[in-house]
Amino acid sequence: MSVLIDRFDVFAGGFWLTLQICVLAALGALILGAVVAVLRISPVPPLRAVGTGYVNVFRNMPLTVVMFFAAFGLPALGSNADFLRIPGLDVVFSRLGTDLPYFRFALIALVLYTAAFVCEALRSGVNAVPPGQAEAARSLGLTFGQNLRYVVLPQSWKASIVPLGSVIIAMIKNSALVGFFGVVGDLSQTADQLTSAEGYAFVPVAIGISIGYLIMTVPLGAFLDRIEKRQAVAR
Amino acid sequence: MSEQSVLYDVPGPRQRRVTLIGSVVATVLLVVGAYFLIYRPLDGKGQFSMELWGPLIDPSDESFPLVWERIGIGFKNTLMAAALAIVSSLVVGTLLAVLRVQLKSLARRRFTGFATPLSYLLRGLSALLSAVTRVCVEVFRGLPVVITIFFVARGFPEFGVTFDTLWYLVIGLTIYNSVVIAEILRSGMEGLPGGQAEAASAIGLSPLQTTRMILLPQAFRIMLPALISQLVVVLKDTSLGFIISYEETLTIAEQIIGSLDNPIQTYFVIGVMFIVINYSLSKLAQYVQRRLARGRRSAAPRTGAGDAQLGTEAVAGTTT
Repeated sequence: MSVLIDRFDVFAGGFWLTLQICVLAALGALILGAVVAVLRISPVPPLRAVGTGYVNVFRNMPLTVVMFFAAFGLPALGSNADFLRIPGLDVVFSRLGTDLPYFRFALIALVLYTAAFVCEALRSGVNAVPPGQAEAARSLGLTFGQNLRYVVLPQSWKASIVPLGSVIIAMIKNSALVGFFGVVGDLSQTADQLTSAEGYAFVPVAIGISIGYLIMTVPLGAFLDRIEKRQAVAR
Repeated sequence: MSEQSVLYDVPGPRQRRVTLIGSVVATVLLVVGAYFLIYRPLDGKGQFSMELWGPLIDPSDESFPLVWERIGIGFKNTLMAAALAIVSSLVVGTLLAVLRVQLKSLARRRFTGFATPLSYLLRGLSALLSAVTRVCVEVFRGLPVVITIFFVARGFPEFGVTFDTLWYLVIGLTIYNSVVIAEILRSGMEGLPGGQAEAASAIGLSPLQTTRMILLPQAFRIMLPALISQLVVVLKDTSLGFIISYEETLTIAEQIIGSLDNPIQTYFVIGVMFIVINYSLSKLAQYVQRRLARGRRSAAPRTGAGDAQLGTEAVAGTTT
């Protein structure tokens, strides 16, 4: 068990890096997912087709394939994902600015993949609003923007918060894949490093890594359950 | 059209004209953007040359039969692992769901009719068992599948148990998915109207009989769409086998790339195959869900139907 104490800094570092990936990917996926959701419910057919195509492609492809695509496709497009070296942001998330692009590639893959699910969660929220609500708003003379802002979005937000949370939890779990794609130092790569290269006993390392992930996923899941229960009562 | 009726009125002549112009402009912008941002750089690097694509799409190419034979083997292995994983997780998941429901009802029993210390012991024991299964479910649901598979592949040899890599993958997938399926079924059973279980016990069925004959069949029916979505998840997760170098589609793809050096093309083909299979499975899930919704609406007033629907969606979201 001593590995948990002796190498605590390694576990903590892995946890911190995984947390960084999750925060960045969640931000990116929420933004991109919202954009795709707007495309999917827009009145212009080609934009709607693009949104639908995006969701179908990324929802049905394994994340592994998306990651390989990011790692091979982006260099072929002549990009090292340098646009992610956002000044200011790379002070906190130091990995964004490193010369090795794997962190950025993995991040892009995770964002692209998760955005499809975020889009579906948001859209199911909008669809859950009864049509009569928007019709009533229109007949009162609210403009499209007012309609969205005062009538549709407040209600759809309530319906999509729980699915959205589930998507984020799934994303945290998917981020474990990053360690197998050349990103050094996250929790899953730490597990590999400590057991195979440094020869520590397997069970304590497994316990440490598991705790690292459970700290992130279990409280979030419990929180979502509470929200869901409260909503069920309110309904 | 249904998704639009929430936000927009039926368009009039002016609105239709605006939409048409918008469509044309958007299409032109998209095509131009795709040409300059994707086609030009790729073409500049020679990614569209027949040398790279030929082995994959041109039957007269000399390595075409060999490449597709390898891909065929990969897909066979993928499907085999997925089938084994889904069957075993259905079995284990059902057992786990029944166990949890039984333990829950046992934990509520007061064991009157036993001697006092014995009844306290039994109550403590059932509460403990209930808590243990709960913790197990939460732990394995909260761990990433990748990590579970990795732990299985590393952990079993550590204790002197070795299998084929196929079985590591299947066991890893089963641990995660059986827990998820157990939760799907349990929420299905708990979402049923309370009268079902009460009526069952009123006609003298034991708790186990109630679960087996009354609750479980209905839960399976309600949760069928969520279960099919889980099938898609398993199929996608099988691709994680490459971590433990099980010879599935992606491992094969790596081998092909190693000899032909055409990563983008190979992954494109593999991706398309995955999309086609999974898309048809998702469509099947949607179709089943629509049929079930129709059947329920005509059979019964909509008590609880909405809840079940919402539950399905939430669960389906969790498991992706």
